[in-house]
Amino acid sequence: MPFSASDLAAVWLTLKLATLTTALLLLAGTPLAWWLARTGSCWKGAVSAVVALPLVLPPTVLGFYLLVAMGPGGPLGKLTQAAGLGTLPFTFPGLVVASCLYSLPFVVQPLQNAFTAIPERLLEAAATLRAAPLDAFFHVVVPLARPGFLTAAVLGFAHTLGEFGVVLMIGGNIPEKTRVISVQIYDHVEALEYAQAHWLAGGMLLFSFLVLLALYTLNPMTRRQT
Amino acid sequence: MLVRPLLIFLAVLAAMQATAEETRIAVAANFSAPAKQIAEAFERGTGHRATLVTGSTGKFHAQIVNGAPFDVLLSADDETPARLEKEGHAQAGTRFTYAIGRLVLWSPKPDVVDGEGAILKNGDFRHLALANPKVAPYGQAAMETLGALGLADTLRPRFVLGENIAQTHQFVASGNAELGFVALAQVMKDGRIADGSGWVVPARLHQPIRQDAALLTRGRGNAAAKAFLAWLKGDAAQATIRSFGYDLP
Repeated sequence: MPFSASDLAAVWLTLKLATLTTALLLLAGTPLAWWLARTGSCWKGAVSAVVALPLVLPPTVLGFYLLVAMGPGGPLGKLTQAAGLGTLPFTFPGLVVASCLYSLPFVVQPLQNAFTAIPERLLEAAATLRAAPLDAFFHVVVPLARPGFLTAAVLGFAHTLGEFGVVLMIGGNIPEKTRVISVQIYDHVEALEYAQAHWLAGGMLLFSFLVLLALYTLNPMTRRQT
Repeated sequence: MLVRPLLIFLAVLAAMQATAEETRIAVAANFSAPAKQIAEAFERGTGHRATLVTGSTGKFHAQIVNGAPFDVLLSADDETPARLEKEGHAQAGTRFTYAIGRLVLWSPKPDVVDGEGAILKNGDFRHLALANPKVAPYGQAAMETLGALGLADTLRPRFVLGENIAQTHQFVASGNAELGFVALAQVMKDGRIADGSGWVVPARLHQPIRQDAALLTRGRGNAAAKAFLAWLKGDAAQATIRSFGYDLP
């Protein structure tokens, strides 16, 4: 068996984190992306910039600020303590919060592109057929934007799988809570256990490739572009 | 004539070029502060230039084996330099213990950690930070200490592990972990603990943290690298090392 029990625990934890993060981001990202795609507000530029920040910021910046902000003296930490939840660093919910920020642009941007591509007149047609806005959204927008949803889900999931710097800064390397695959690989390398590092790293490489391959061959949106 | 002074100037410049060399030194995270002071004195004293790169010893091993441009390693342990020598990446006969690390249980707040470490037994804290014992010598020493106190199993659910001692310190300094085992050198200034409260762990509670230095194969022809190792054994450097709380062999 090339994988130890703690390797498997890390794999399971990482899948759990990526799934939960993707689900939350699809829920929160959809209205945000819709707003960005349709709004004429002067805030659009600023909001777009904030959404895109994790693309350009080093994970250490994000991780460091999260550690400080979610700590006992930080604004987020004071909030969670007042709510009786304690502080978030070194906990699984803390990782979920961090991952949602970290993967936000990977979910919001494909959705926004898909929504922007939907012609306004289709929505007007739906409205003249007396469809309520929510009705129109679920029966017109969602089917048309399905490739966008698929891209958003896959990229959000894959990007969270690969998260390292942020988790390293706020995780505390606790088995079954915050020790994800990337941290486990790092530990193997640090401990000079190169064989175990290879098994996990190679597995991750293969898995990520297959996920992206599936996305790019199956997704009609990307197929049309090529 | 202006040519003669110019020629002399050029000759002097050439001579300086020949004697002053540059060296790149890989420094274990816990020794970062003293290494900085020592390197400054070294540069003033010898005219050589020393560039310090700090990080974890395990990462340095992987990098050196794969051709990283370091001339000297100041390791956090004595195993990595021995292993590098065996693998042909460090020069035989150049290894020596430059410092013996001391562990401290530390909190950035005053009056949290008592002078006996009794807080470990009866303290009210959620998180205890230590360096990952699997990869970091200070983490291993912390585990040995907890084992000697019979507290390893009861406290394990409260552990948060830093990847190296620098990150462990960050967990505690940011208040996210109430207390943690860090290197004494990280919290010591001019011979005393600068901030907060701490318990310097008695050396008998864990194996000595012997930190070895070695000349790497890449640095064997580098005069500055050899001079740095010699400087590290000198009185001035040893006084600096002591002032950060390290023992000497």
